[in-house]
Amino acid sequence: MTTLLSLAFLTQVLRIAVPYAFAALGGAVTERSGIIDLALEAKLLFGAFAAAAVGHATDSATAGIAAGLAAGMAVAALQMLCSVVLQANQVIVGVALNLFALGGTRFLLQLIFHEGANSPPAPSYGDAVLGNPLVWGAVLAAVLVPLAVVRTRWGLRLRAAGDRPDALLAVGVDPARPRLHAALVGGALSGAGGAQLSLVVGGFSADMSSGRGYIALAMVILSGWRPAFAVIGCLGVAVAEAIRIQLAGGFIPHELAPLLPFVLTLTVLVVYGGKGRPPPASLGKL
Amino acid sequence: MKRHFEVLFELARRPSLGATRELQAATIALLVSLALGSLLVFATGRSPATVWWAMVTRVADSPYAIGQVLYKATALVFTGLAVSVALDAGLFNIGGEAQLTAGVLACSTVGAALPASTPAALAIPVCVLAAAAAGGAIGALIGILRVTRSAHEVITSIMLNAIVAGLTLWIGNTLLFRDGTTRGLAIAPGAELPLLGLGGSPANAALIIALASALAVWWLRGRTTWGQAWLAIGRNAEAARSVGISVGRVQILVMTGAGALGGLGATSFVLGHKHAFEQGLGSGVGFLGISAALLGRAHPFGIVLASLVLGFLSTGGLAVSDIIPKELTEMLQGIVVLAVASSVPWVQRRSAA
Repeated sequence: MTTLLSLAFLTQVLRIAVPYAFAALGGAVTERSGIIDLALEAKLLFGAFAAAAVGHATDSATAGIAAGLAAGMAVAALQMLCSVVLQANQVIVGVALNLFALGGTRFLLQLIFHEGANSPPAPSYGDAVLGNPLVWGAVLAAVLVPLAVVRTRWGLRLRAAGDRPDALLAVGVDPARPRLHAALVGGALSGAGGAQLSLVVGGFSADMSSGRGYIALAMVILSGWRPAFAVIGCLGVAVAEAIRIQLAGGFIPHELAPLLPFVLTLTVLVVYGGKGRPPPASLGKL
Repeated sequence: MKRHFEVLFELARRPSLGATRELQAATIALLVSLALGSLLVFATGRSPATVWWAMVTRVADSPYAIGQVLYKATALVFTGLAVSVALDAGLFNIGGEAQLTAGVLACSTVGAALPASTPAALAIPVCVLAAAAAGGAIGALIGILRVTRSAHEVITSIMLNAIVAGLTLWIGNTLLFRDGTTRGLAIAPGAELPLLGLGGSPANAALIIALASALAVWWLRGRTTWGQAWLAIGRNAEAARSVGISVGRVQILVMTGAGALGGLGATSFVLGHKHAFEQGLGSGVGFLGISAALLGRAHPFGIVLASLVLGFLSTGGLAVSDIIPKELTEMLQGIVVLAVASSVPWVQRRSAA
């Protein structure tokens, strides 16, 4: 038990939680504005790739983080082009973007580095917690994003776009605008999550998001689309994952151990189900 | 007062674009994909025309490559139908990976358990049923969770995809794999499906099962009351409930059927080609089925066509992998789906205007 309560364990939980938390915050912001955000996985992947590639080229982790944010925003922009401007089905766009990201990051690996699975080394934060701005950023975002959604004019607009787009139209605001803003902020947040993935280990590897975006989205849904609660859910997933790492080589077979977050999420989903808060009224209906 | 089935029929009628518009949307999507793909080829420093031409000729000139296209398309028809059948009822089945993997596991385990002397007339149906039952069980689980627990099927499907993949790997490692390989015991010879004999390619008789499944789905959804009920739910669940359709029950049944179709993909991999359980067999095909379903506009025959297109892209990508990285065609598959999803509402709006 002592190992589980040690400082090392807590910092490990924090480190693991960062990509989940960023993605969940990003997903919550986008979805509150009325856009289904299944593309979290794509944003994590492209964010991770861009952070590693730019980090490698400039030898600066900060530049890598900036690139990760930009990549997440770029995916969000593409998502908005397809689902808002061209009005394609949002679920399909999300799934297609994830497919595109899986092949796309591997294509870029091949094109830029002539590598099949791994990028050349990028700056690495390793186990650092205090020295990793992404960890600080995640803590900050976990406080500021929920506040911004509830307390600011920007948040009011994006919630109105999600819940009552007709009311927004009536006062002369096109709901597409707050949606675009929300999606770009959400994309940047998710991209930051991706940057954490590659800048902790100091490099990108194919499919390194491995389902985290989907788990983060499940947490958004379970939280009733409340970003603060979604982050708490992500912390729960991170605790489970950290315990799993601590118990490595223990009684759980190594094939089954990585399934823990998925089983946990599914269990919570089944037990708690759709009893929580309803989604934003216009979610997915444009 | 309208008769019950007339109301049902009205509910089920798809706001179809009509054949011309569908074709128009498909053409636009194809051209956009081709243009974006050409840009990507250009990025690798090659001439797009050379690459596309090499892709077509190298596949068309080789019976083996044509067989590969058919082999890849066979499995995609199954996983594509698994997505489209659910989509008809307003459900998004993205658990194709889990359903196919469960099918592969069940099909190969049952096949290996059969005595070697089992005649084909018994062995093949038993193995086919095992594949369908295993996939159907996963589908049913997703459907039941959706109906009774309101757990969104997209999220539960994704969780199940990961869980089934891990469980299968664990079962393989602890129970099935022999002598340090990642291959299980061979199935009974009687359960093997014959090859189509195309240049030594793995194209096999499972293609016939796939085409029969597409035909069956087409008949069910278009020609039976039951199919009308499932389409009606997809159009408007509330209205369907008000004319007396038990929405939850039909949704669970549809998800079970969809899962069974996904599981049937195992027939091509196990009975037609590998004749044993192998690690990672069929992996990725469940997800690609989503592309096949969307590209085929969720119509059974459209899916057959779309599967051939995707099979060609994948085979062609490998055939020209000496010129361009094969990851390019993987990326292109995502682009094609995005283009189709975006061009259809565009054409719809223009035709409405």
